[in-house]
Order: sequence, then C-alpha cells, then structure tokens
Amino acid sequence: MKLIKFLLVGIVFGIVMTKSEAVSWFRIQEMFRFQAFHMYGIIGTAVILGVIGVALIKKFKIRDFHGNPILFHPKDKSIIRYLVGGSIFGLGWALSGACPGPMVVNIGYGYLSMAIVFFFALVGTYLYGYFKEKLPH
Amino acid sequence: MTLVEFISQPWSWWFSGLMIVSIMFSLLYFGQSFGFSANLRTICAAAGLGKKAKFFSFNWKSQIWNLVFLVGAILGGFIARQFLSTGLPVEISTNTINDLGKLGFAAPSGLQPEELFSLKALFTLKGFSVLAAGGLMVGFGARYAGGCTSGHAISGLSDLQVPSLIAVIGFFIGGLVMTFLIFPLIF
Repeated sequence: MKLIKFLLVGIVFGIVMTKSEAVSWFRIQEMFRFQAFHMYGIIGTAVILGVIGVALIKKFKIRDFHGNPILFHPKDKSIIRYLVGGSIFGLGWALSGACPGPMVVNIGYGYLSMAIVFFFALVGTYLYGYFKEKLPH
Repeated sequence: MTLVEFISQPWSWWFSGLMIVSIMFSLLYFGQSFGFSANLRTICAAAGLGKKAKFFSFNWKSQIWNLVFLVGAILGGFIARQFLSTGLPVEISTNTINDLGKLGFAAPSGLQPEELFSLKALFTLKGFSVLAAGGLMVGFGARYAGGCTSGHAISGLSDLQVPSLIAVIGFFIGGLVMTFLIFPLIF
C-alpha cells in the first residue's frame, strides 16, 4: 500500500507529460530550433518555482511525511562527466525526441516503437556501467 | 464544457511547469527524489547485471518506489490517450513545420512523426537504427552525466547545483549538434 502513492504520482506525471506535449518529438525539435517558447516556458516555470520551493524547504527545515528532514545532496564536482555525458544525452534526446520519462509515457500512449528506444536506453546504461572505470569523471 | 473536455485541451506551458514541479515536491514529501533515468540502472540491476559490472551491484529493491512511478507513467500515457485527448495534432510553429518539411517530415498529424515512430518505419534499417542510436545515447549519456532532464534540469537546477547547470548546457550542445549538423546528413 505504501507504493500506491508513487503509482498515483506516476500516473499524474504521465498525464502531465502528454498534455504538456513534452513527450512529442515535434516539440523537442521546435525547442532545439528556438522556434517557440513552449518548452522553455514549461522548464522555466518548473525551475523558478522549484528554486523558490527548495529554498523554503531549507529555510524552514521542512520535514517529509515520515518526519525526516528533507535533505539535498550536493552532486560530485566535475566538469568533464557532466559536459561529455550531457552532450551524448543531448544527441540522443534530439534524435529520438524523448528522454527516459517520456519514452515510457509514449509506450503507454500507444507508440510501441518507443519500446525499442527504451530497450536501447537500457543497453546504453549497461555500456556505461561496464566501461565506467575507463571513462574520465 | 465538462471537466474532462477542459482537461483534454493541450495545457499551457505555465500550468505544465507548475504540475511538473508539483510532482517533484510530492516525491520529496514522500521521502524520495525526482530522477527518472535512475530507473534504467535499477532495471539493469534487477536483471542481474551486477554480476557483470559493479555499477549494477546495489540494493535495487530500495528503488522499487521509482519503478512503481515508472509503471504509473505508462498508465498515465494510456489514460491521456484514451480519456483526455482531443485527437488534434501538436500545434508546433510554422517555422518548425517548414524546416522539418525540408528534411522530409510531414506536418504533424498526431503527437509523433509517422516517419520515425510508425511500425512501418521501425521495420526499415534506417528507422530502426535511428531509434536504437537515439535510445543508446540517451541511456549512456544520462548515466555518464549522473541524471537526465528530471534529475538535472528540474531537480538539480531547483537546488542551484552547478553540476546540473553544466549537464544542461551539455544537453543543449548535443541537441544543437544533432539538430543542425547531423540531421541534414541523415534525413
């Protein structure tokens, strides 16, 4: 039963991704061509409200529903992994028009081809795990 | 207009952004954090790949909540299609329609271009290769960069994390190179 809430939030996520059209390859192309404000508006609104909310959580030491403090963990300092990894991600994002979340939302929507994209995203994840020690971080 | 009809219209950017950040705060309130691509690592671990690479050797059962979230996302896509859809194509800008037309893509007739996502396209060598290469780079890049759009662009930037800003800059470098330099070569 503890997991039901995550199922419900996931369902809302799937609906939001679809109705915002952020799952559309066309919208991602429009974004990378700087030809509409739509995707920038979505991400910008989320980030601005996110910055305010996170600052309030830290200032008022807000706790989660278990009563534990909500903590934010600083990410490891590096440039190469974020820049190179991020660029490889961006190449794939523009090509397939989908990041991992929208991939599965598209499968639910009925675009079964997206299951191939998701499968290869798993293969890519495995390749990273396999070669991790050899890559600069 | 009924409520379902109201919700079924395409959502404005500001309402969509508000809803996405609400999802992030819901997960924080439930004691977790918003990061979708972590599921890819969890699935590899659950598939027993920890025997082949140490990276997948961890207590993946602690991540079951995120897999449940993933199942919810699939259901959400299904519900949106079945019950909350107007059936109208995505209204992208005329400039994008024109630019994509030069690459051989018809104007939108739905959510995705048929040239890439129809089953007919999937069973061509080029169609399959494009989807496979796209997925491969998303999966590899997300783990190398330590996160995807939800983990870095939403969660990381909300916490003013410099690494996330670098990752997002990377997302755009890759996206722009693909769109402007590689697309004309492959489409």
